[in-house]
Amino acid sequence: MRHIISILIENEAGALSRVAGLFSARGYNIESLTVAPTEDESLSRMTILTHGSDEVLEQITKQLNKLVDVVKVVDLSEAAHVERELMLIKVRATGKDREEMKRMADIFRGRIIDVTESTYVIELTGASSKLDSFIAALDAGLILETVRTGVCGIGRGDRILKV
Amino acid sequence: MISGAEIVIRCLQEEKVDCVFGYPGGSVLHIYDALFKQDEVKHILVRHEQAAVHAADAYSRSSQRVGVALVTSGPGVTNTVTGIATAYMDSIPMVVLCGQVPTQYIGQDAFQECDTVGITRPCVKHNFLVKDVKDLAITIKKAFHIAATGRPGPVVVDIPKDITAQMCEFDYPKTIQMRSYNPVVKGHLGQIKKAVQILQEAKRPIIYAGGGVILSDAAEKLTQLARKLNFPVTNTLMGLGGYPATDRQFVGMLGMHGTFEANNAMHYADVILAIGARFDDRVIGNPEHFSQEKRRVIHIDIDPSSISKRVKVDVPIVGNVADVLDELLKLLDAGCKTDPEVADWWAQIEEWRGRESLRYRQSEHIMPQFVVEKLYEVTGGDAFITSDVGQHQMFAAQYYKFDKPRRWINSGGLGTMGVGLPYGMGVLMANPGAQVACVTGEGSIQMCIQEMSTCKQYGLPIKIINLNNGMLGMVRQWQEMFYSKRYSQSYVTSLPDFVKLAEAYGHVGMRIERPEDVEPALRKAFTEHKDDLVFMDFIIDPAANVFPMVAAGKGLTEMILAEEL
Repeated sequence: MRHIISILIENEAGALSRVAGLFSARGYNIESLTVAPTEDESLSRMTILTHGSDEVLEQITKQLNKLVDVVKVVDLSEAAHVERELMLIKVRATGKDREEMKRMADIFRGRIIDVTESTYVIELTGASSKLDSFIAALDAGLILETVRTGVCGIGRGDRILKV
Repeated sequence: MISGAEIVIRCLQEEKVDCVFGYPGGSVLHIYDALFKQDEVKHILVRHEQAAVHAADAYSRSSQRVGVALVTSGPGVTNTVTGIATAYMDSIPMVVLCGQVPTQYIGQDAFQECDTVGITRPCVKHNFLVKDVKDLAITIKKAFHIAATGRPGPVVVDIPKDITAQMCEFDYPKTIQMRSYNPVVKGHLGQIKKAVQILQEAKRPIIYAGGGVILSDAAEKLTQLARKLNFPVTNTLMGLGGYPATDRQFVGMLGMHGTFEANNAMHYADVILAIGARFDDRVIGNPEHFSQEKRRVIHIDIDPSSISKRVKVDVPIVGNVADVLDELLKLLDAGCKTDPEVADWWAQIEEWRGRESLRYRQSEHIMPQFVVEKLYEVTGGDAFITSDVGQHQMFAAQYYKFDKPRRWINSGGLGTMGVGLPYGMGVLMANPGAQVACVTGEGSIQMCIQEMSTCKQYGLPIKIINLNNGMLGMVRQWQEMFYSKRYSQSYVTSLPDFVKLAEAYGHVGMRIERPEDVEPALRKAFTEHKDDLVFMDFIIDPAANVFPMVAAGKGLTEMILAEEL
């Protein structure tokens, strides 16, 4: 099962490595991890995308809660939430492909944020599956470079993760 | 304004630390200088940093106070890692203060630099690198707080040398609040009520109690509870002494080398009350085999991650064992019936007990079990017993009947050879004048044997009970049973003459080779040589094995008994 875990953690040196170390030491997998300070700079918010059975997820959340720097942990995917991922993708844009790339970016509601004679950089935001579809829709030979942020997510409505 | 080094010492004084175990070096010279200028905190100079941490660990295990070690940067720190991991696995509260190279040199591959926080991270409850002298006192306060509360554990504080030289006001907070760290104490009352209900319905109950009972100082409460319910009690290796071993309701240790009655009672119980124990692989054997029997499990533990980790739990109660037992006792006092069918269960247990699974064969040589039995008699069952890891550890656990908590000091989780002698040092520093015996083997004792020198310096009269079979006994036992007697590297040749070695360190050495000499030699060691360290080299039957035994991967009831061989 796919799970998105959100963590509020003290914004201190080494906090990230405590979390990453826990995952590797106990054999849990991390598919993506994003981290940045929140509006309160003393706290960081981390979003981890992982896969595991219910038992494994129970252990992951319990073990995360045990870390002294961790303030709160929630499994976002347990209830209604929204998730987004950002991708920057550099593509070859010459000849007839140049117009085609522009059209594809428009269809996926992407934005071209850098233009040269032969390349575009397209910015695309959405659910991870949308980013996957975009990559699949392009001619693989035209993709020069991709970079993705990994998933970040937030609960819907009154579901709030705060100290 | 005082220096960072003086702040460190003042913090230790505020924490009522009467003794630290350590070894000086470049990065901690300021701290050692501050230590020199006072006499409240005593320092025990070990011969290897590993021993400093083991001793601090045993100081804690035997006293309920937080043990403290002090080491220098680089190799000083790396030498402590085994000791820290040992304490971590057994949830022992401990603070390890480490020197670090000056702040501006960190990351420059400076002399005696290592990434202390990185190296120790996986085996500490928490660790800190102090980057500002203003944070020093509060960090040490946090370290003691974190080490001793919740599920206890070791905490490392890494202190760069320049921080110990800088000047700062000293203000030690009385209490501490951390928004990210608030361990639960009280158990959930609804869950406790559910537990009481299930306990009263039990027909084949067992109380399975581990090291959490000892850490929480709840031995007396456990005894009250067991007596009130008339339930059988088994202890894990870490829990020994948490329930009086000479009591009728005690069915012995369970697990890989547990008694026939304990393992059967655990397996066939319809209700298990697990208290401060974690169903680990050495305790329940193969989890699939274990889960074949239908039963209800109540689990009291302060660490939620220990609950339902290996065995599905029906009634989890997260809380401090002593507090939860208080609540349980209160509810039971309000109205407790003893189910008549528990009598049938006791009859069954007595039948299992009748197998006398700890009986061992007689031999013309000294049997190791016999040595431990005599040790028990000679010390009146009241000594602190430290052990190393291997066959001798199991013999000590099986044959020394611990009636009191904190008397059995061993490395259960990590299984660290070499702890026994430094453990003895820690016990004696926390309990001056106590009888302390270190049950060990000729393999383990050589892993920290240099500490005989420390014992001489501080007059620590440990009795080393060396069960010498010239082999790494537990390895040899597995090779005999599971590797067709291919004894790969399990013989120890070129052993030193331990008697002469002990004498060379200024101690008393004895070699005991005949069964009839065992008891007189022990008596002599504990009376005539009461104030001496005595190295007792018992030449034992080399073929002696530990039974019963649940082979790795087997079910708890699939025991190999001595009588079957």
